[in-house]
Amino acid sequence: MADFNARGIRVAAVSVDTPEESEHLRKVAGYSFLILCDDHDELIRRWDLVHPRMGPDGKDIARPAEFILDSAGKVRWVKLTDDILIRARPEEVLHEIDSLHLSRASSN
Amino acid sequence: MKRSWNPAVWVGFALVLIGALSYQYFFIRFPVTRDFPWANLLIFAIALALLALGLYRAFHRPDAYRGKIIGSILAALSVFITGFFLFVVFIFARQVPPSAGAPKVGAVAPDFTVADSLGHPVELSELLNSPFRTNDWPSDGPGASKANGLVLIFYRGYW
Repeated sequence: MADFNARGIRVAAVSVDTPEESEHLRKVAGYSFLILCDDHDELIRRWDLVHPRMGPDGKDIARPAEFILDSAGKVRWVKLTDDILIRARPEEVLHEIDSLHLSRASSN
Repeated sequence: MKRSWNPAVWVGFALVLIGALSYQYFFIRFPVTRDFPWANLLIFAIALALLALGLYRAFHRPDAYRGKIIGSILAALSVFITGFFLFVVFIFARQVPPSAGAPKVGAVAPDFTVADSLGHPVELSELLNSPFRTNDWPSDGPGASKANGLVLIFYRGYW
């Protein structure tokens, strides 16, 4: 996370878990960053990121996806995997941030 | 003559278990072994070859090797575990919806409001515009300026 901090990049994870479940995850896993709780599925439906009936008891959940937005809210990079085992790793995201010159452009 | 305990059967089964578990807990960390699980397939191949050798010895040289019954059980379990691994990695994991309507590069991301893990509402515009110092949430003090960008990671959930 220090590499994201150094670049001035905010990181947020999103799932359909409740705040209680997400806070439990933060504590158990030792995560310090923001976790957002789309427990009414509104965000994943609006952004078309629903993986239907793949959660417990057939609940809809989020399909894995990663987005990089610039400071104006414009989407600069998207990774929509077609394999839930293959997701963007931190070093890949950092590489894309540097390739997009996000920190430099916004800092100037 | 004392019969051998037929180590090929047991080592083969142990390797099957290692092959099944090592992907999720080790090989998935490295793109070279994650994107195509060749390391796991190699482990499974060696494991099944050892099991076949062990079964051959058990049935063709029962005077020297044990393992007719336990070897058959472990071999059946190994085939099942290997098949399950192949199903998960090559079929189940790849059934991801296309998400054609997801925000595309160049588009402005649609705003949203969802709760953080403490139940407080958070807007996308707040994430983009509020002062940023580090990613420690929510205890970090205010920064001097807003963030240079935002990484949003959608994940399947912690059940």
